[in-house]
Amino acid sequence: MEMETRPEGQATEATEQGVPGTDQREVARTDGYQGAREARVGQSVQAPMAPVTGWALRRRKLRKALTGPAGRRGALGVVAFIALWQVVTKLDEWVGPQVPLVGALPAPSDVVLRLFELVATGGFWSSWYLSFGRVMWGFAFAMLVGIPFGLLMATSATAKRLLFPPFEVLRPIPPLAWVPLAILFWPTQELSITFVTFLGAFFTVVMNTVGGGEQIDRRYILAARSMGANKWRMFRRVVLPATLPSIATGAVVGMGITWEVVVAAELISGGGGGGSAGGGLGFLVWNSYQGGDIAAVVVGMISLGIAGYISSILVRMASNLTMPWKRLA
Amino acid sequence: MARPVAQAAADEARAGDGQARPAEVGKGELRVEHVSKVYDPEGAAFVAVDDASMHIAPGELRVIVGPSGCGKSTFLNAIAGFHSISSGEIWLDDELLCGPNKPQAKPGADRVVVFQHNALFPWKTVLDNVTYGPIVQERLSKKEARDLGRERMEQAGLAGLEDRYPSELSSGMQRRVEIVRALVNDPKVLLLDEPFRGMDSLTKSVMHESLLEIFDKNKVTVMFITHDIDEAVFLGDKVSVMSTRPGRIKETIEVDIPRPRDYRVLTSPRFRELMAGIHGEVEIEARKAFEAGEREMA
Ligand SMILES: Nc1ncnc2c1ncn2[C@@H]1O[C@H](COP(=O)(O)OP(=O)(O)O)[C@@H](O)[C@H]1O
Ligand SMILES: [Mg+2]
Repeated sequence: MEMETRPEGQATEATEQGVPGTDQREVARTDGYQGAREARVGQSVQAPMAPVTGWALRRRKLRKALTGPAGRRGALGVVAFIALWQVVTKLDEWVGPQVPLVGALPAPSDVVLRLFELVATGGFWSSWYLSFGRVMWGFAFAMLVGIPFGLLMATSATAKRLLFPPFEVLRPIPPLAWVPLAILFWPTQELSITFVTFLGAFFTVVMNTVGGGEQIDRRYILAARSMGANKWRMFRRVVLPATLPSIATGAVVGMGITWEVVVAAELISGGGGGGSAGGGLGFLVWNSYQGGDIAAVVVGMISLGIAGYISSILVRMASNLTMPWKRLA
Repeated sequence: MARPVAQAAADEARAGDGQARPAEVGKGELRVEHVSKVYDPEGAAFVAVDDASMHIAPGELRVIVGPSGCGKSTFLNAIAGFHSISSGEIWLDDELLCGPNKPQAKPGADRVVVFQHNALFPWKTVLDNVTYGPIVQERLSKKEARDLGRERMEQAGLAGLEDRYPSELSSGMQRRVEIVRALVNDPKVLLLDEPFRGMDSLTKSVMHESLLEIFDKNKVTVMFITHDIDEAVFLGDKVSVMSTRPGRIKETIEVDIPRPRDYRVLTSPRFRELMAGIHGEVEIEARKAFEAGEREMA
C-alpha cells in the first residue's frame, strides 16, 4: 500500500541499493527527481525531500493564485459583482425606478463611506475588541476544559461510561438556549456572553478529541508498549500527538461556531457593558439596523467576516506550530 | 515442567560453538513449550495455535513460514505480550514470560516487534523515533540516546535522514528505520511479523540484504515471520513450517547455506533444493487452509 503512494522513492532505492555506500547519493537523487517534478507541476509533490517551506512556498502559491488564469477570472468575478451591486442599488438615483428587493440595500460606495466614518469612532473599535475578547476567552476555555475532558473519556472506559450520557444529553441543546440561564447564573453580562461562547466551542472540541483519541492506530500503541513505554509516557508521547490532528479539526470548527454564537448572544443580551455604539460587532449590526443605518449593518457584517477569517488563520497557525510533521503535507 | 531439560539445552547453547553466528553468552534464547491460544474461549472458542513448541538458540535467525491465517501472528503476539496464551509456557533465557499462573507476558523492550505496516510515529522525526525506546525506558539520557541513535543510523546507511519525518521517506527506508529503532533497545529477541509484505520483489531483495547486514552487526536473536518461502530460505538459519488448523510448528529445517549470503544464493542448487522441500510442506498446509475455508463457506 505504501509503495503505491511512493513509487519514485522505491524505484530509486531499489536500483541503487546493490552498490554499498550509496545512501547519500540515493537521497540526493530522490531530491533532484522530486525537485524537477515540483518545478513541472508547479507545486509541492507529496513529501519532497527538500521541502520548500514557509513563506517562500506560500508567496509562490499566492502569486500563482493571483496571476494565474483562475486568479484573474476570480478577480474579474469579484469586480463584476461589486459593479453590479453598485448599479442595482443606485439605479433609483441615477435613472428613476428602484429595482425591487435588492434596490433597497446600501450601495458599495455608501458602505465604504460609512466605513470611513465608523473607523474614526472609538465605538467601532471597542466593538471589535469586545467581540474578539469574548470569542477568544470562550474558545480558550473550551480548549482548556474540553481537551482534557475529551482525552479522559477517550482513554478511560469508566470515565466514558459515567460522563458520556449526560454530555450527550446536553450537547444537542443549542448554545443560544442557554442565554437566559447564563444571564441568571453569571454575575455580569460579559461573563454570560463569554459562557455561551464557550459552550459553542466546547461540545465540538470534546467530540473531536474523543473521536481522535479513540481511533488511534493500534500499531502505535503496540509499538510503544513493545519498546517499554509506561502509561504516562504512552499518554504524553503517543496518545496526545496522535490525537492532535483531531483536536485541531475540532478547534477550527469550534472557532467558527464561537463567532456565530457571540453575534447572537450579543443581540439577545443587548451587547453587555459596551455602550450604544460599542457593544460588540453583533450588537453593532443589530443596533444599526434598529437605527435604520443599513450601511453600518453591512460594515458590521463585513467586519465579522474579516474577524472570523483572522481567527481561523490564528487557529491554523497554532495547529501548524504544534504539529510540525503535518506541514509537509 | 520442561524446565530442567530446557535449562540443560540452554546451558548447551551457551557452551556450544556450533552456531554460525555466536551471540553474547546466554542472550536471547527463546523457548516456547506446548503453547496453545484459543480466541474467545467462552464463545466461539477458535483454536488458533495448538500445542506449538519451538526452541530458538541465542543469536539465531529463525524464520517461521506458513500460509496466511495459520496462526503465525497469534504466536508472535503471545511472545510479545500483546495477548494471553491458553496453555503452555514461554521462556526467554531464565525468565518465564508466561505460563500457567501468568497467562499474558508483559510487553517489554527485550522483545521488540516490527510489524508489517509502518508503525513509525509520524509526529516524531526519524531520530526521535529511533531514540524513543531508550528514552521512555529512561535507560539513557536524551543526549546519550541521540548519540547512539545517530551511530546506529549511520551503520544502517541512514545517515542524513535524522531530522526528516517518516512521511518523507520511501517505504523501504521507513522499514530500515523501524528495524534500527527496534535494535537500539538492545532487545534479546527481535520479532518481525511479515515486515516486507506487500513490497515489490526488487525492493524486497534490497531489504533482505540490508536486514542481514544490520543483523550481522547486532548479533541478536531474530524471529521472522513470513509466508514467502524464498524469503524464508534466504534469511533463515533455520526455517520452521507452521501447520494450519491446528497451528503448530510442524517441522524445522536447517538452512545450511553459508553466510554472508547475497542474491547469487538464490540460483544455487542447494537453495533450490531447500526451497522445493519447504514449498512442498507449506503447500500442503495452504491446501488444508483453503479447503477448510471452502467448508466454512459452504
Ligand atoms: N482476535 C481474534 N479473534 C478471533 N480470531 C482471530 C483473532 N485474531 C486472529 N484470529 C484468527 O486466528 C487465525 C490465525 O490468525 P493469525 O495469527 O493472524 O494468522 P497469520 O498471521 O498466520 O496470517 C485466523 O484464522 C484468524 O482469523
Ligand atoms: Mg499475520
